[in-house]
Amino acid sequence: MGSRLTPAPTDWRDTAHQRRMAKRYAAERRFRWLGLGAVLLSAGFLVVLLVSMLSAGLGGFVQTQIALPIDFAHSRLSLDPATLRGPGADLALAAADLGGATDAAAIAAYGPGGDSLLSDGAWTRVRDQLKADPSLLRRRATVWVPAADRIDIAAKREGAPADEAIVAKLKAAHTLTTSFNAFFLRSSDATDPTMVGIWGALKGSLLTMAVTLLIAFPVGVLSALYLEEYAPHNRWTDLIEVSINNLAAVPSIIFGLLGLAVFLNTFHLPRSAAIVGGLTLALMTMPVIVIAARNAIKAVPPSIRDAAFGVGASPVQVVFHHVLPLAMPGILTGTIIGMARALGETAPLLMIGMRAFITAPPGGLRDPATVLPVQIFLWSDQVNRGFVEKTSAAILVLLIFLLAMNGVAIYLRNRFETRW
Amino acid sequence: MHRIMTIVAASALATGLAGCTDQANGGGAGSRDQIKVVGSSTVFPFTTIVAERFVEKTPGVKSPVIESTGTGGGMKLFCGGVGADHPDIEDASRRMKRSEYDLCKANGVADIMEVQVGLDGIAFAEAKSGPGLRLTTTDLFKAMAAAPDGKPNAAKTWKDVNPALPAMPIQIYGPPATSGTRDALAELILARGCEAMLPDMAEVREKNPAEFAQKCTRIREDGAYVDAGENDNLIVQKLQSNPNAVGIFGYSYLEENRDKLNGIPINGTEPTYETISRNQYPGSRPLYLYVKKAHLSAIRGLREFLKLYAASWNPGGPLVAKGLIASPDDVRKKSETIVNWETTLDPKTLP
Repeated sequence: MGSRLTPAPTDWRDTAHQRRMAKRYAAERRFRWLGLGAVLLSAGFLVVLLVSMLSAGLGGFVQTQIALPIDFAHSRLSLDPATLRGPGADLALAAADLGGATDAAAIAAYGPGGDSLLSDGAWTRVRDQLKADPSLLRRRATVWVPAADRIDIAAKREGAPADEAIVAKLKAAHTLTTSFNAFFLRSSDATDPTMVGIWGALKGSLLTMAVTLLIAFPVGVLSALYLEEYAPHNRWTDLIEVSINNLAAVPSIIFGLLGLAVFLNTFHLPRSAAIVGGLTLALMTMPVIVIAARNAIKAVPPSIRDAAFGVGASPVQVVFHHVLPLAMPGILTGTIIGMARALGETAPLLMIGMRAFITAPPGGLRDPATVLPVQIFLWSDQVNRGFVEKTSAAILVLLIFLLAMNGVAIYLRNRFETRW
Repeated sequence: MHRIMTIVAASALATGLAGCTDQANGGGAGSRDQIKVVGSSTVFPFTTIVAERFVEKTPGVKSPVIESTGTGGGMKLFCGGVGADHPDIEDASRRMKRSEYDLCKANGVADIMEVQVGLDGIAFAEAKSGPGLRLTTTDLFKAMAAAPDGKPNAAKTWKDVNPALPAMPIQIYGPPATSGTRDALAELILARGCEAMLPDMAEVREKNPAEFAQKCTRIREDGAYVDAGENDNLIVQKLQSNPNAVGIFGYSYLEENRDKLNGIPINGTEPTYETISRNQYPGSRPLYLYVKKAHLSAIRGLREFLKLYAASWNPGGPLVAKGLIASPDDVRKKSETIVNWETTLDPKTLP
């Protein structure tokens, strides 16, 4: 009994005690190393991803071009500068055999087989040049046109030995350059990898995201405000809360089926259109925003509300002057997460037909459009090997878009941030 | 507060603007000024080439919208009805089925034109460093069927299938069940191998198609046949990393990757342009377009689009340059007649 009341003093030098101490320190160190290892591992994955994307994709932003001297004055083109300045320019250019003239010029400049050095769409550059400057028709001009994809691959990376030899010869004659491909950022999908562009898909993504944000953000924030500040706490609101939490966890393909059934089959909105894509993704993003917004509103100290009521503010004034501005950083964080998920989404958009081949950027919300992740998916499935680097380049564009979107949201969040 | 009001006002303004563009585009479900195509992923690249040329040749026209949904999925959309909400053309990597025609008819799509655009081959391939397999349709049936002799397939190596083949594990990467290529694989390779091995199966096929499918064209699911998804480039990559594997995909993928892959001869015939176009290679199959006759006058440019398609499918033409195999002369002539005279399909000829 007595030994229990007055325990023997701890012997710090006892070997058993020393061992226990050493074990505790080891556990501490181990945990620190594990944590550091986890951080390094995830950073490593990110580096590998970025390096592989950059090494494969940067080539997609540059293009090999070949100088093509064309003697328009002595060609057999039935065109004259006056028509090209008039309203019938497009028709006249489409009717003229520019493809034939381009091939003939290539053969004249580079010998038999010279036309196979150029991209199939090379003549469209000749057409664009003529349209921009009809006076070219009176003289001899050099037009820089994209090289065929095998020459492009040989100029940038490893190609077939025969193609490498052609590239070396053209480079020596200063008739081949590899330069930044602004065309890639301006044009839309095409069948030839040397003629494709990302603008169509980028614009589709912009329109779709705009619709998603304009619907999901106000509806999400207002529902969160109502549920937190006004709704009575009863079985119905509990049911709604559980439903919203469940909705946030529903796989995205289900929203695609919902969009197909509701927006296309019931409301007869156009298939493949950005408005339908945006509405479908808004359904998917809204629960994420509601949950984040409710948590942010809950975190606003009640003393702020009490003080506002105390000086005579009405409930609406309390909410819009005090609660919402203070909750805004948290709401924006939730919105970033929801929008980032929506931007990378493919599955629901396949269901509503946004995986189409479209050669023109969408002019409006009802026009057929595609989005960046779907464009990446379509290109990855292309037969032609020139599409490999275009796929990676499109992924880089998607990442930049994502970073820009998050950058704006973080800027806004920091502006609203208040500490107390 | 101020900032919030600004944001609210900005979003309201943006919504308003979006509404304006909406109205400017107008029309919507009522009318349509561009061609809509759905269907097979095999025909998709060829239709996109024609669409591109169509836009280049006809300035001012809106570019056609081509969606790759697979033949079966496309048929459902195509047969959904007549009008601007429904597609004008269906790309198909097999003929329309009787049941699909009936669905079309039930929804008011009665006059359909059937146009054969060319041929495609299902190529079997291995890596350049592979063992140089030579297979027959019977070998493939024995190696791939779920139950070639009534019992679950026990063949682990190619030697189990045919003693003349190397003792190398059977590993096949092929198309998923939703793909038209899989249908063609079942029809052209497995059914033929099955009938060659079990002659009485031809009779079963007539009387009981369900039993025939169960015995002949069902593919094993024990891991020897790996469904590689719709992405054929993935199969090409897998073959490179695994020289013992066999890959199954459309002929154009073999053609594009000739420096990495070898075609496997089937029944002694190599998969090449010539053997497929002369119908000597067992895996050659026709590709079709199905067109709604009622849309020809209603949709601007549809007639011209079809004519351009017909002008592009000849040997040496732009489609052949991109991997299509041209149909024999008489078939091309017949298809051209269908396009020019707008002849509709006789449902009695459908399978």
